[in-house]
Amino acid sequence: MIDVNNVVHIYNADSDSEILALDHVNLHIEQGEHIAILGRNGCGKSTLAKHLNGLLLPTEGRVSVDDFDTLDADHSLDILQRVGMVFQNPDNQLVATTVLEEIAFGPENLGLPREKILERVDEALKMVQMEDFRNAMPHHLSGGQKQRIAIAGIIAMRPETIVFDEPTAMLDPDGREEVVSTMLRLNKEEGLTIVNITHFMEEAVLADRVVVMDDGKIVMEGTPREIFTHVDELRALHLDVPAVTEIAVQLHEEFPFIPRDVLTIEEMVKVLCP
Amino acid sequence: MLKDITIGQYIKGNSVLHRLDPRTKIFGMLAVMVALFLINKWTGLLYIGVVVFAILFASQVPLRFYLKGIKPLLFILIFTALIQIFLTPGNVLWQWKIFHITAEGIRLAVFMCTRLILLVMTTSVLTLTTTPIQLTDAVEALLSPFKRIGVPAHELAMMMTIALRFIPTLIDETDKIMKAQAARGASFDEGGLIQRAKALLPILVPLFLNAIKRADELAMAMEARCYHGGEGRTRLNELAYKAADYRALVVVAIIVVIAFATRWVAF
Repeated sequence: MIDVNNVVHIYNADSDSEILALDHVNLHIEQGEHIAILGRNGCGKSTLAKHLNGLLLPTEGRVSVDDFDTLDADHSLDILQRVGMVFQNPDNQLVATTVLEEIAFGPENLGLPREKILERVDEALKMVQMEDFRNAMPHHLSGGQKQRIAIAGIIAMRPETIVFDEPTAMLDPDGREEVVSTMLRLNKEEGLTIVNITHFMEEAVLADRVVVMDDGKIVMEGTPREIFTHVDELRALHLDVPAVTEIAVQLHEEFPFIPRDVLTIEEMVKVLCP
Repeated sequence: MLKDITIGQYIKGNSVLHRLDPRTKIFGMLAVMVALFLINKWTGLLYIGVVVFAILFASQVPLRFYLKGIKPLLFILIFTALIQIFLTPGNVLWQWKIFHITAEGIRLAVFMCTRLILLVMTTSVLTLTTTPIQLTDAVEALLSPFKRIGVPAHELAMMMTIALRFIPTLIDETDKIMKAQAARGASFDEGGLIQRAKALLPILVPLFLNAIKRADELAMAMEARCYHGGEGRTRLNELAYKAADYRALVVVAIIVVIAFATRWVAF
């Protein structure tokens, strides 16, 4: 459970180049939820993500993770262990020269004994379905595979929440599919809380709740169905709507029997050929 | 291609030497080096030669890999030999104008060159049978007693690991940047030395900028995974001496003692 309470974040505070990145943001994330955070570049979504595990600290307001305040330095490791983070560039977050050592890195930092580490490595590899790559070298893997190894490295620390900071932005469609299905499986089967910061509406549609940010503020919040019918508002924020939804909204004008909130191609097929 | 470059010189194998603890191999290497400089008689030289070749044989690495290591040394070897032969004073065997060759000179030249060759071969045994990661672990383990006087053992080892991890990534990136520049008409193999050096600048600048950006992101990712230095951190691959290591260390000690003893033989 993560609670973001009235958080303000200012980069370069007390200098001429002050940038207000977060402007009184409130967000409550329940255990087991799948949240997508949308917004154009520079809207503050990455800044918000880095507040969730204390990598950045609020200038004003507070963030708490399971009753630990991120401002409390004594518990920073507890918070980092609970809230894992997967970054955009798969190359820049892998530390070790083999997959085995890569996944062991987190548990090593937690000071676990060797047998426990090996146990967790195998468990994590299984969850991302990469058991066969235990001894592979990360630089021989594809982008999607690297990203799954990064996810495994987080899982091995047994977190409650994984924050994905545009994890698919640098991947090809196959790689994106691999990462997204891993993300969904972890949420549904392992009950992990997922916070996915993304540009891709197709990914946001899969979430339980969508949060739209602009200019450091949360401007829209709701289920994907509620959010994506507001085509014009999203356009004004320079965001896209899934193509199917856009077509549905247009068709709705002419054929009222077609609902405005069609989110996927499968749904559209069901509507048109019942 | 550039991507398939091997890091370090490790040759896969399962010989006795491959299985030894990397620390044992470092100690062994240092001891054999000491032995190399202890000997001062022909018997000793023959003895240490036999010992080194026995070690090479035990490593099961083909001899050509060892010879490859000597190749870059060829110039230094010839230079050393010539200096020793012509500039050592003593019993003159042959003379022409100011040049003279002495018996002592020949002896010294043979000793120095053999020593150098054996020295390089001995260090090759370490690098050919030990993975870079094992070497890093050994460096950390061997330096950790000096932590008390401020030697950052863990940090050094972590830096080496990360460097190893990023070599292929940066090579890949260099390749990409070069192609991107070439696509815009840059050429890297034309003109004189200065012109070529100048042509490298448009490669180095983006490479360094990206490397710094990568370092920044990596630091963030490491912190996010609870990295907080060596304190309270466990290791997946804890180094541990096994029976074979103790046996190897005894053998090495005997080698050094015998090498020392050869100083008192007549010839």
